[in-house]
Amino acid sequence: MFKKILVANRGEIALRAMRECRELGIASVAVYSDADAEALFVKHADEAISLGDPEPAGSYLNVEKILDAAKKTGTEAIYPGYGFLAENPGFVEQCENLGIEFIGPPSKSMNAAKPKHRARDLMKSKGIPVAPGSDGAIEGKADMAKAFEIANNIGYPVIVKPSGAGGGIGMKVAETKDDLAGAMEYATSLGSEAFGVPAFYLEKFIARGKHIEFQILADKKGNTVYVSDRECSVQRRYQKLIEEAPSPIMTPELRARMGGTAVEIAKILNYVNALTVEFMYSLDDNEYYFNECNTRLQVEHPLTEYLTGINLVKEQIRIAAGEDLGYTQDDIKLNGWSIECRINAEDPFMNFMPAPGKIEAYDPPGGFGVRVDGGVYSGYAIPFYYDSLMAKLLSWGRTRDEAIETMKRALKEYHIEGVKTNIPFHIVALDNESFRAGDYTTNFVDEQKISKTLRQLKKDGVFA
Amino acid sequence: MSQEVIEAPIPGKIVSVSVSAGDKVEEDGELCSLQSMKMQNPILSPVDGTVVEVKISEGQTVETGDVLIIIEED
Repeated sequence: MFKKILVANRGEIALRAMRECRELGIASVAVYSDADAEALFVKHADEAISLGDPEPAGSYLNVEKILDAAKKTGTEAIYPGYGFLAENPGFVEQCENLGIEFIGPPSKSMNAAKPKHRARDLMKSKGIPVAPGSDGAIEGKADMAKAFEIANNIGYPVIVKPSGAGGGIGMKVAETKDDLAGAMEYATSLGSEAFGVPAFYLEKFIARGKHIEFQILADKKGNTVYVSDRECSVQRRYQKLIEEAPSPIMTPELRARMGGTAVEIAKILNYVNALTVEFMYSLDDNEYYFNECNTRLQVEHPLTEYLTGINLVKEQIRIAAGEDLGYTQDDIKLNGWSIECRINAEDPFMNFMPAPGKIEAYDPPGGFGVRVDGGVYSGYAIPFYYDSLMAKLLSWGRTRDEAIETMKRALKEYHIEGVKTNIPFHIVALDNESFRAGDYTTNFVDEQKISKTLRQLKKDGVFA
Repeated sequence: MSQEVIEAPIPGKIVSVSVSAGDKVEEDGELCSLQSMKMQNPILSPVDGTVVEVKISEGQTVETGDVLIIIEED
Protein backbone atom coordinates (compact mmCIF):
# COMPACT_ATOMS: atom_id res chain seq x y z
CA MET A 1 0.00 0.00 0.00
CA PHE A 2 1.06 3.59 -0.58
CA LYS A 3 2.62 5.64 2.21
CA LYS A 4 1.67 9.05 0.84
CA ILE A 5 -0.99 10.31 -1.58
CA LEU A 6 -1.34 13.79 -3.06
CA VAL A 7 -4.95 14.84 -3.58
CA ALA A 8 -5.10 16.96 -6.76
CA ASN A 9 -8.53 18.41 -6.14
CA ARG A 10 -10.47 20.63 -3.77
CA GLY A 11 -13.78 20.81 -1.89
CA GLU A 12 -15.80 17.87 -0.66
CA ILE A 13 -14.09 15.23 -2.81
CA ALA A 14 -10.61 16.23 -1.60
CA LEU A 15 -11.77 15.96 2.01
CA ARG A 16 -13.41 12.60 1.25
CA ALA A 17 -10.18 11.20 -0.19
CA MET A 18 -8.19 12.40 2.83
CA ARG A 19 -10.60 10.66 5.19
CA GLU A 20 -10.00 7.36 3.37
CA CYS A 21 -6.24 7.94 3.47
CA ARG A 22 -6.41 8.41 7.23
CA GLU A 23 -8.31 5.13 7.68
CA LEU A 24 -5.83 3.30 5.46
CA GLY A 25 -2.82 4.74 7.32
CA ILE A 26 -1.69 6.78 4.32
CA ALA A 27 -0.37 10.35 4.71
CA SER A 28 -2.27 12.90 2.58
CA VAL A 29 -0.97 15.98 0.80
CA ALA A 30 -3.32 18.83 -0.13
CA VAL A 31 -2.59 21.27 -2.93
CA TYR A 32 -4.59 24.48 -2.74
CA SER A 33 -5.01 27.83 -4.44
CA ASP A 34 -4.95 31.23 -2.70
CA ALA A 35 -8.77 31.20 -2.84
CA ASP A 36 -8.82 27.96 -0.80
CA ALA A 37 -6.36 28.84 1.98
CA GLU A 38 -9.21 28.59 4.52
CA ALA A 39 -10.91 25.57 2.96
CA LEU A 40 -11.79 22.55 5.09
CA PHE A 41 -9.86 20.03 3.01
CA VAL A 42 -6.60 21.94 3.59
CA LYS A 43 -7.09 21.68 7.36
CA HIS A 44 -7.64 17.90 7.09
CA ALA A 45 -4.46 17.17 5.12
CA ASP A 46 -1.24 15.97 6.75
CA GLU A 47 0.73 18.33 4.49
CA ALA A 48 -0.44 21.24 2.35
CA ILE A 49 1.30 22.87 -0.60
CA SER A 50 0.21 26.26 -1.95
CA LEU A 51 -0.35 26.53 -5.70
CA GLY A 52 -0.98 30.29 -5.63
CA ASP A 53 -3.18 31.57 -8.45
CA PRO A 54 -6.90 31.18 -7.71
CA GLU A 55 -7.64 30.78 -11.44
CA PRO A 56 -7.89 27.02 -12.16
CA ALA A 57 -5.39 27.31 -15.05
CA GLY A 58 -2.77 28.55 -12.59
CA SER A 59 -3.54 26.05 -9.85
CA TYR A 60 -5.74 22.92 -10.00
CA LEU A 61 -5.27 22.56 -13.77
CA ASN A 62 -1.58 23.35 -13.66
CA VAL A 63 0.22 20.05 -14.33
CA GLU A 64 3.70 21.42 -13.69
CA LYS A 65 2.88 22.90 -10.27
CA ILE A 66 1.05 19.79 -9.15
CA LEU A 67 3.81 17.42 -10.25
CA ASP A 68 6.37 19.67 -8.55
CA ALA A 69 4.38 19.40 -5.32
CA ALA A 70 4.24 15.62 -5.74
CA LYS A 71 8.01 15.37 -6.23
CA LYS A 72 8.77 17.75 -3.39
CA THR A 73 6.65 15.79 -0.91
CA GLY A 74 7.76 12.32 -2.00
CA THR A 75 4.26 11.36 -3.07
CA GLU A 76 3.78 7.83 -4.43
CA ALA A 77 0.30 8.29 -5.87
CA ILE A 78 -2.06 11.07 -6.97
CA TYR A 79 -5.79 11.02 -6.28
CA PRO A 80 -7.58 13.10 -8.96
CA GLY A 81 -11.24 13.17 -7.78
CA TYR A 82 -13.60 14.50 -10.46
CA GLY A 83 -13.13 17.56 -12.69
CA PHE A 84 -9.81 19.43 -13.06
CA LEU A 85 -7.11 16.89 -14.14
CA ALA A 86 -9.17 13.74 -13.55
CA GLU A 87 -9.77 13.10 -17.26
CA ASN A 88 -6.61 14.60 -18.72
CA PRO A 89 -4.62 11.82 -20.44
CA GLY A 90 -1.57 14.10 -20.85
CA PHE A 91 -1.38 14.45 -17.08
CA VAL A 92 -1.75 10.70 -16.61
CA GLU A 93 1.08 10.07 -19.10
CA GLN A 94 3.37 12.40 -17.17
CA CYS A 95 2.53 10.59 -13.93
CA GLU A 96 3.28 7.27 -15.65
CA ASN A 97 6.64 8.59 -16.89
CA LEU A 98 7.58 9.83 -13.43
CA GLY A 99 6.58 6.54 -11.80
CA ILE A 100 3.86 8.21 -9.77
CA GLU A 101 0.72 6.07 -9.61
CA PHE A 102 -2.34 7.88 -10.98
CA ILE A 103 -5.36 6.59 -9.03
CA GLY A 104 -7.53 6.05 -12.07
CA PRO A 105 -7.31 4.41 -15.47
CA PRO A 106 -4.13 4.12 -17.57
CA SER A 107 -3.74 6.93 -20.14
CA LYS A 108 -4.44 4.43 -22.96
CA SER A 109 -7.93 3.64 -21.60
CA MET A 110 -8.61 7.31 -21.08
CA ASN A 111 -7.53 8.15 -24.63
CA ALA A 112 -9.78 5.44 -26.06
CA ALA A 113 -12.79 7.14 -24.45
CA LYS A 114 -11.90 10.54 -25.93
CA PRO A 115 -13.03 12.58 -27.77
CA LYS A 116 -16.68 11.67 -27.35
CA HIS A 117 -17.43 11.09 -31.05
CA ARG A 118 -14.57 8.59 -31.23
CA ALA A 119 -15.83 6.70 -28.18
CA ARG A 120 -19.25 6.56 -29.86
CA ASP A 121 -17.74 5.22 -33.11
CA LEU A 122 -15.63 2.67 -31.23
CA MET A 123 -18.60 1.36 -29.26
CA LYS A 124 -20.79 1.22 -32.36
CA SER A 125 -18.12 -0.80 -34.20
CA LYS A 126 -18.08 -3.31 -31.32
CA GLY A 127 -21.85 -3.79 -31.40
CA ILE A 128 -22.72 -1.64 -28.37
CA PRO A 129 -26.12 0.06 -28.92
CA VAL A 130 -25.77 3.77 -29.77
CA ALA A 131 -28.52 6.23 -30.77
CA PRO A 132 -28.77 6.91 -34.53
CA GLY A 133 -26.39 9.76 -35.39
CA SER A 134 -23.34 10.95 -37.30
CA ASP A 135 -20.26 8.77 -37.77
CA GLY A 136 -17.04 10.56 -36.91
CA ALA A 137 -16.73 14.23 -36.09
CA ILE A 138 -18.36 17.15 -37.85
CA GLU A 139 -16.07 20.12 -38.29
CA GLY A 140 -16.02 23.10 -40.65
CA LYS A 141 -18.40 24.40 -43.35
CA ALA A 142 -18.47 21.40 -45.73
CA ASP A 143 -19.26 19.00 -42.90
CA MET A 144 -22.03 21.25 -41.63
CA ALA A 145 -23.80 20.96 -44.98
CA LYS A 146 -23.57 17.17 -44.65
CA ALA A 147 -25.01 17.46 -41.14
CA PHE A 148 -28.34 18.58 -42.59
CA GLU A 149 -28.46 15.39 -44.65
CA ILE A 150 -27.64 13.24 -41.60
CA ALA A 151 -30.26 15.01 -39.48
CA ASN A 152 -32.85 14.51 -42.24
CA ASN A 153 -32.08 10.80 -42.36
CA ILE A 154 -32.28 10.20 -38.61
CA GLY A 155 -35.21 12.60 -38.14
CA TYR A 156 -35.65 15.60 -35.84
CA PRO A 157 -35.26 16.44 -33.04
CA VAL A 158 -31.49 15.94 -33.00
CA ILE A 159 -28.97 16.87 -30.33
CA VAL A 160 -25.65 18.51 -31.19
CA LYS A 161 -22.83 17.52 -28.83
CA PRO A 162 -19.33 19.05 -28.75
CA SER A 163 -16.74 16.23 -29.01
CA GLY A 164 -14.43 17.54 -26.32
CA ALA A 165 -16.98 18.82 -23.87
CA GLY A 166 -17.99 17.86 -20.37
CA GLY A 167 -20.58 19.09 -17.92
CA GLY A 168 -23.17 19.55 -20.65
CA ILE A 169 -21.37 22.60 -22.00
CA GLY A 170 -22.29 23.45 -25.61
CA MET A 171 -24.98 20.78 -26.07
CA LYS A 172 -28.07 21.95 -27.92
CA VAL A 173 -31.24 20.35 -29.27
CA ALA A 174 -32.46 21.23 -32.79
CA GLU A 175 -36.22 20.65 -32.91
CA THR A 176 -36.39 21.29 -36.68
CA LYS A 177 -33.96 22.00 -39.51
CA ASP A 178 -34.38 25.73 -38.83
CA ASP A 179 -32.60 25.29 -35.47
CA LEU A 180 -29.75 23.13 -36.73
CA ALA A 181 -27.36 25.81 -38.04
CA GLY A 182 -27.69 27.75 -34.76
CA ALA A 183 -27.17 24.63 -32.65
CA MET A 184 -24.03 23.72 -34.63
CA GLU A 185 -22.62 27.25 -34.25
CA TYR A 186 -23.30 27.06 -30.53
CA ALA A 187 -21.62 23.67 -30.10
CA THR A 188 -18.56 24.74 -32.12
CA SER A 189 -18.05 28.02 -30.31
CA LEU A 190 -18.66 26.68 -26.79
CA GLY A 191 -16.58 23.56 -27.52
CA SER A 192 -13.66 25.66 -28.81
CA GLU A 193 -13.89 28.16 -25.98
CA ALA A 194 -14.18 25.70 -23.10
CA PHE A 195 -12.17 22.72 -24.37
CA GLY A 196 -10.26 23.87 -27.47
CA VAL A 197 -12.16 21.32 -29.61
CA PRO A 198 -14.42 22.79 -32.36
CA ALA A 199 -15.60 19.35 -33.58
CA PHE A 200 -19.02 17.99 -32.65
CA TYR A 201 -21.40 15.16 -33.50
CA LEU A 202 -25.11 14.62 -33.96
CA GLU A 203 -27.46 12.14 -32.35
CA LYS A 204 -31.17 11.51 -32.48
CA PHE A 205 -32.55 13.37 -29.45
CA ILE A 206 -34.38 11.05 -27.07
CA ALA A 207 -37.18 13.32 -25.91
CA ARG A 208 -38.67 10.92 -23.35
CA GLY A 209 -35.48 9.53 -21.94
CA LYS A 210 -33.93 8.61 -18.65
CA HIS A 211 -30.26 9.07 -17.80
CA ILE A 212 -29.18 5.76 -16.30
CA GLU A 213 -25.55 5.00 -15.51
CA PHE A 214 -23.58 2.03 -14.22
CA GLN A 215 -20.70 2.07 -11.78
CA ILE A 216 -17.86 -0.19 -12.86
CA LEU A 217 -14.83 -1.36 -10.89
CA ALA A 218 -11.95 -3.19 -12.56
CA ASP A 219 -8.67 -4.36 -11.07
CA LYS A 220 -5.29 -4.63 -12.80
CA LYS A 221 -5.84 -8.33 -13.55
CA GLY A 222 -8.96 -7.50 -15.55
CA ASN A 223 -11.54 -8.61 -12.97
CA THR A 224 -14.45 -6.30 -13.82
CA VAL A 225 -17.83 -5.88 -12.12
CA TYR A 226 -20.79 -3.51 -12.26
CA VAL A 227 -21.57 -2.31 -8.76
CA SER A 228 -24.94 -0.59 -9.14
CA ASP A 229 -27.04 1.48 -11.49
CA ARG A 230 -27.95 5.09 -10.73
CA GLU A 231 -30.53 7.39 -12.30
CA CYS A 232 -29.62 11.04 -12.85
CA SER A 233 -32.51 12.43 -14.92
CA VAL A 234 -33.22 15.48 -12.73
CA GLN A 235 -30.97 17.99 -14.48
CA ARG A 236 -30.90 21.58 -15.56
CA ARG A 237 -28.60 22.75 -18.32
CA TYR A 238 -27.52 19.08 -18.52
CA GLN A 239 -26.15 19.28 -14.97
CA LYS A 240 -27.41 16.81 -12.41
CA LEU A 241 -29.31 18.05 -9.33
CA ILE A 242 -30.99 14.96 -7.85
CA GLU A 243 -29.84 11.40 -8.35
CA GLU A 244 -31.15 8.11 -7.04
CA ALA A 245 -30.22 4.47 -6.97
CA PRO A 246 -31.48 2.16 -8.15
CA SER A 247 -33.39 3.64 -11.08
CA PRO A 248 -37.15 3.40 -10.41
CA ILE A 249 -37.63 1.58 -13.74
CA MET A 250 -34.87 -0.97 -13.11
CA THR A 251 -35.70 -4.69 -13.02
CA PRO A 252 -33.23 -7.49 -12.22
CA GLU A 253 -33.31 -8.57 -15.90
CA LEU A 254 -32.68 -5.07 -17.27
CA ARG A 255 -29.92 -4.50 -14.71
CA ALA A 256 -28.17 -7.69 -15.74
CA ARG A 257 -28.45 -6.70 -19.42
CA MET A 258 -27.31 -3.07 -19.03
CA GLY A 259 -24.68 -3.97 -16.42
CA GLY A 260 -23.36 -6.62 -18.79
CA THR A 261 -23.08 -4.04 -21.59
CA ALA A 262 -21.28 -1.66 -19.21
CA VAL A 263 -18.75 -4.39 -18.32
CA GLU A 264 -18.26 -5.10 -22.03
CA ILE A 265 -17.53 -1.39 -22.59
CA ALA A 266 -14.96 -1.41 -19.77
CA LYS A 267 -13.27 -4.41 -21.42
CA ILE A 268 -13.23 -2.67 -24.82
CA LEU A 269 -11.33 0.18 -23.13
CA ASN A 270 -9.01 -2.27 -21.26
CA TYR A 271 -10.17 -0.36 -18.25
CA VAL A 272 -8.67 -0.36 -14.75
CA ASN A 273 -10.12 1.40 -11.65
CA ALA A 274 -13.51 3.18 -11.33
CA LEU A 275 -15.53 3.91 -14.47
CA THR A 276 -19.06 5.12 -15.03
CA VAL A 277 -20.87 4.17 -18.22
CA GLU A 278 -23.76 6.48 -19.03
CA PHE A 279 -26.78 5.34 -21.05
CA MET A 280 -29.90 7.07 -22.29
CA TYR A 281 -32.94 4.87 -21.76
CA SER A 282 -35.80 5.67 -24.12
CA LEU A 283 -39.31 5.38 -22.69
CA ASP A 284 -40.60 5.32 -26.29
CA ASP A 285 -38.96 2.08 -27.39
CA ASN A 286 -37.73 0.80 -23.99
CA GLU A 287 -34.19 0.47 -25.35
CA TYR A 288 -30.94 1.84 -23.97
CA TYR A 289 -28.21 3.62 -25.88
CA PHE A 290 -24.57 4.30 -24.95
CA ASN A 291 -24.12 7.95 -24.08
CA GLU A 292 -20.56 8.37 -22.79
CA CYS A 293 -17.90 7.06 -20.45
CA ASN A 294 -16.73 9.00 -17.42
CA THR A 295 -13.23 7.72 -16.78
CA ARG A 296 -13.19 8.79 -13.13
CA LEU A 297 -15.25 8.75 -9.96
CA GLN A 298 -18.62 10.52 -10.31
CA VAL A 299 -19.99 13.14 -7.92
CA GLU A 300 -22.98 10.88 -7.15
CA HIS A 301 -20.93 7.75 -6.37
CA PRO A 302 -22.05 7.60 -2.67
CA LEU A 303 -25.48 6.34 -3.83
CA THR A 304 -23.76 3.13 -4.87
CA GLU A 305 -21.87 2.97 -1.57
CA TYR A 306 -25.15 3.21 0.34
CA LEU A 307 -26.71 0.34 -1.64
CA THR A 308 -23.74 -2.02 -1.57
CA GLY A 309 -21.56 -1.09 1.41
CA ILE A 310 -18.59 -0.91 -0.98
CA ASN A 311 -16.37 2.11 -0.29
CA LEU A 312 -15.57 3.20 -3.85
CA VAL A 313 -12.76 5.62 -2.96
CA LYS A 314 -10.99 2.97 -0.87
CA GLU A 315 -11.48 0.52 -3.73
CA GLN A 316 -9.87 3.01 -6.12
CA ILE A 317 -6.83 3.31 -3.86
CA ARG A 318 -6.61 -0.48 -3.33
CA ILE A 319 -6.86 -1.15 -7.07
CA ALA A 320 -4.19 1.46 -7.86
CA ALA A 321 -1.92 -0.21 -5.30
CA GLY A 322 -2.26 -3.46 -7.26
CA GLU A 323 -4.69 -5.33 -5.01
CA ASP A 324 -7.35 -7.62 -6.48
CA LEU A 325 -11.06 -6.85 -6.25
CA GLY A 326 -11.51 -9.97 -4.14
CA TYR A 327 -15.21 -10.36 -5.04
CA THR A 328 -17.22 -11.33 -8.09
CA GLN A 329 -20.43 -10.07 -9.66
CA ASP A 330 -22.51 -12.53 -7.63
CA ASP A 331 -21.08 -11.20 -4.36
CA ILE A 332 -22.53 -7.73 -4.97
CA LYS A 333 -25.98 -7.32 -3.43
CA LEU A 334 -28.11 -4.19 -3.49
CA ASN A 335 -29.90 -3.19 -0.31
CA GLY A 336 -32.67 -0.56 -0.15
CA TRP A 337 -32.84 2.81 -1.85
CA SER A 338 -30.70 5.95 -1.83
CA ILE A 339 -31.30 9.55 -2.96
CA GLU A 340 -28.76 12.33 -3.42
CA CYS A 341 -29.50 16.07 -3.53
CA ARG A 342 -26.65 18.34 -4.57
CA ILE A 343 -26.61 21.33 -2.25
CA ASN A 344 -25.39 24.21 -4.42
CA ALA A 345 -24.75 27.86 -3.63
CA GLU A 346 -27.21 29.23 -6.17
CA ASP A 347 -30.55 31.01 -6.21
CA PRO A 348 -33.39 28.74 -7.36
CA PHE A 349 -35.74 31.74 -7.49
CA MET A 350 -33.43 33.61 -9.89
CA ASN A 351 -32.84 31.00 -12.61
CA PHE A 352 -30.17 29.26 -10.48
CA MET A 353 -27.83 32.26 -10.52
CA PRO A 354 -24.60 31.39 -8.65
CA ALA A 355 -24.45 32.70 -5.09
CA PRO A 356 -20.87 32.70 -3.80
CA GLY A 357 -20.22 34.43 -0.48
CA LYS A 358 -19.66 33.96 3.23
CA ILE A 359 -21.59 31.28 5.11
CA GLU A 360 -22.83 32.94 8.30
CA ALA A 361 -24.37 29.84 9.87
CA TYR A 362 -24.05 26.17 8.95
CA ASP A 363 -25.75 23.24 10.66
CA PRO A 364 -26.04 20.14 8.46
CA PRO A 365 -28.69 17.51 9.19
CA GLY A 366 -28.07 14.09 10.74
CA GLY A 367 -29.91 11.05 12.03
CA PHE A 368 -30.68 7.60 10.66
CA GLY A 369 -30.16 7.21 6.93
CA VAL A 370 -28.55 10.62 6.40
CA ARG A 371 -25.07 11.27 5.00
CA VAL A 372 -23.52 14.66 4.25
CA ASP A 373 -20.33 14.85 2.17
CA GLY A 374 -19.46 18.52 2.53
CA GLY A 375 -16.55 20.86 2.23
CA VAL A 376 -17.77 23.99 4.00
CA TYR A 377 -18.30 25.34 7.52
CA SER A 378 -19.77 28.31 9.35
CA GLY A 379 -17.65 31.39 8.64
CA TYR A 380 -16.21 30.00 5.38
CA ALA A 381 -16.40 32.22 2.30
CA ILE A 382 -17.28 30.22 -0.83
CA PRO A 383 -15.03 31.48 -3.64
CA PHE A 384 -16.46 32.33 -7.07
CA TYR A 385 -13.59 30.71 -8.99
CA TYR A 386 -14.95 27.16 -8.75
CA ASP A 387 -18.28 25.34 -9.04
CA SER A 388 -21.20 25.91 -6.70
CA LEU A 389 -21.31 22.49 -4.99
CA MET A 390 -21.23 22.99 -1.20
CA ALA A 391 -22.21 19.51 -0.10
CA LYS A 392 -23.90 16.31 -1.20
CA LEU A 393 -26.84 15.28 0.94
CA LEU A 394 -27.75 11.59 0.77
CA SER A 395 -30.52 9.56 2.31
CA TRP A 396 -31.05 5.82 2.61
CA GLY A 397 -34.23 3.84 3.24
CA ARG A 398 -35.41 0.26 2.82
CA THR A 399 -37.84 1.51 0.16
CA ARG A 400 -37.91 4.48 -2.23
CA ASP A 401 -40.67 6.14 -0.17
CA GLU A 402 -38.63 5.81 3.01
CA ALA A 403 -35.57 7.30 1.32
CA ILE A 404 -37.66 10.24 -0.01
CA GLU A 405 -39.24 10.95 3.38
CA THR A 406 -35.83 10.84 5.11
CA MET A 407 -34.45 13.20 2.44
CA LYS A 408 -37.32 15.67 2.89
CA ARG A 409 -36.82 15.67 6.65
CA ALA A 410 -33.06 16.21 6.22
CA LEU A 411 -33.54 19.05 3.69
CA LYS A 412 -35.84 20.87 6.11
CA GLU A 413 -33.29 20.38 8.90
CA TYR A 414 -30.41 21.78 6.81
CA HIS A 415 -29.67 25.25 8.20
CA ILE A 416 -27.54 27.56 6.04
CA GLU A 417 -27.39 31.33 6.42
CA GLY A 418 -25.45 33.91 4.43
CA VAL A 419 -25.64 32.31 0.99
CA LYS A 420 -28.60 31.26 -1.10
CA THR A 421 -28.96 27.54 -1.76
CA ASN A 422 -31.05 25.31 -4.00
CA ILE A 423 -32.66 23.49 -1.05
CA PRO A 424 -36.16 24.89 -1.90
CA PHE A 425 -35.80 23.36 -5.38
CA HIS A 426 -35.16 19.92 -3.89
CA ILE A 427 -38.13 20.15 -1.53
CA VAL A 428 -40.46 20.99 -4.42
CA ALA A 429 -38.98 18.40 -6.78
CA LEU A 430 -39.26 15.54 -4.25
CA ASP A 431 -42.98 16.25 -3.81
CA ASN A 432 -43.64 16.39 -7.54
CA GLU A 433 -46.06 13.71 -8.77
CA SER A 434 -43.90 12.65 -11.70
CA PHE A 435 -40.86 12.29 -9.42
CA ARG A 436 -42.95 10.30 -6.95
CA ALA A 437 -44.22 8.04 -9.73
CA GLY A 438 -40.62 7.49 -10.88
CA ASP A 439 -41.51 8.00 -14.56
CA TYR A 440 -39.78 11.38 -14.82
CA THR A 441 -37.42 12.11 -17.73
CA THR A 442 -34.40 14.33 -18.38
CA ASN A 443 -36.92 17.04 -19.27
CA PHE A 444 -38.31 16.98 -15.71
CA VAL A 445 -37.38 20.50 -14.57
CA ASP A 446 -38.94 22.24 -17.61
CA GLU A 447 -41.84 19.88 -18.20
CA GLN A 448 -42.99 19.95 -14.57
CA LYS A 449 -42.51 23.76 -14.39
CA ILE A 450 -40.54 23.47 -11.13
CA SER A 451 -39.29 27.08 -11.34
CA LYS A 452 -42.84 28.38 -11.69
CA THR A 453 -43.99 26.34 -8.68
CA LEU A 454 -41.06 27.73 -6.69
CA ARG A 455 -41.93 31.33 -7.55
CA GLN A 456 -45.57 30.74 -6.57
CA LEU A 457 -44.59 29.17 -3.24
CA LYS A 458 -42.34 32.14 -2.56
CA LYS A 459 -45.24 34.51 -3.24
CA ASP A 460 -47.40 32.44 -0.89
CA GLY A 461 -44.77 32.84 1.81
CA VAL A 462 -43.84 29.11 1.96
CA PHE A 463 -40.22 30.02 1.19
CA ALA A 464 -38.54 33.18 2.47
CA MET B 1 -34.02 61.58 -18.03
CA SER B 2 -32.67 59.33 -15.33
CA GLN B 3 -29.48 57.43 -14.83
CA GLU B 4 -29.41 53.69 -14.34
CA VAL B 5 -26.44 52.47 -12.31
CA ILE B 6 -25.75 48.83 -13.13
CA GLU B 7 -24.13 46.99 -10.20
CA ALA B 8 -22.66 43.50 -9.95
CA PRO B 9 -25.40 41.20 -8.56
CA ILE B 10 -22.80 38.66 -7.41
CA PRO B 11 -19.00 38.51 -7.12
CA GLY B 12 -17.11 37.23 -10.15
CA LYS B 13 -14.89 38.08 -13.08
CA ILE B 14 -15.80 40.21 -16.09
CA VAL B 15 -15.14 37.99 -19.10
CA SER B 16 -16.47 40.31 -21.81
CA VAL B 17 -17.66 43.89 -22.19
CA SER B 18 -20.08 44.49 -25.09
CA VAL B 19 -20.52 48.27 -24.91
CA SER B 20 -18.48 51.51 -24.76
CA ALA B 21 -19.36 55.01 -23.60
CA GLY B 22 -21.69 56.70 -26.08
CA ASP B 23 -23.23 53.41 -27.36
CA LYS B 24 -27.00 53.17 -27.70
CA VAL B 25 -28.40 50.15 -25.84
CA GLU B 26 -31.78 48.49 -25.85
CA GLU B 27 -33.66 46.99 -22.93
CA ASP B 28 -32.38 43.42 -22.33
CA GLY B 29 -29.35 44.06 -24.55
CA GLU B 30 -26.14 42.49 -23.16
CA LEU B 31 -23.81 44.99 -21.48
CA CYS B 32 -21.16 42.61 -20.19
CA SER B 33 -20.74 39.05 -19.00
CA LEU B 34 -19.84 38.14 -15.43
CA GLN B 35 -18.32 34.72 -14.81
CA SER B 36 -18.96 33.24 -11.41
CA MET B 37 -18.78 29.63 -10.26
CA LYS B 38 -17.98 28.43 -13.81
CA MET B 39 -21.19 30.04 -15.15
CA GLN B 40 -21.40 32.97 -17.54
CA ASN B 41 -23.99 35.45 -16.33
CA PRO B 42 -24.97 38.04 -18.94
CA ILE B 43 -25.64 41.46 -17.44
CA LEU B 44 -28.53 43.01 -19.40
CA SER B 45 -29.63 46.61 -19.76
CA PRO B 46 -32.81 47.29 -17.77
CA VAL B 47 -33.75 50.20 -20.09
CA ASP B 48 -33.39 51.71 -23.58
CA GLY B 49 -30.68 54.36 -23.34
CA THR B 50 -27.12 55.52 -23.90
CA VAL B 51 -24.02 54.27 -22.11
CA VAL B 52 -22.54 57.10 -20.06
CA GLU B 53 -19.65 55.28 -18.47
CA VAL B 54 -18.07 51.81 -18.44
CA LYS B 55 -16.32 51.31 -15.12
CA ILE B 56 -14.96 47.82 -15.73
CA SER B 57 -12.70 46.06 -18.17
CA GLU B 58 -12.26 42.48 -19.32
CA GLY B 59 -10.48 40.26 -16.81
CA GLN B 60 -11.34 42.42 -13.81
CA THR B 61 -12.83 40.82 -10.70
CA VAL B 62 -15.77 42.52 -9.00
CA GLU B 63 -17.62 42.26 -5.70
CA THR B 64 -21.37 42.38 -5.17
CA GLY B 65 -22.56 46.00 -5.52
CA ASP B 66 -19.56 47.26 -7.51
CA VAL B 67 -20.69 49.70 -10.20
CA LEU B 68 -20.20 48.18 -13.65
CA ILE B 69 -21.84 50.53 -16.13
CA ILE B 70 -23.90 53.73 -16.02
CA ILE B 71 -26.68 54.25 -18.58
CA GLU B 72 -28.76 57.32 -19.29
CA GLU B 73 -32.32 56.28 -19.99
CA ASP B 74 -33.96 57.58 -23.21
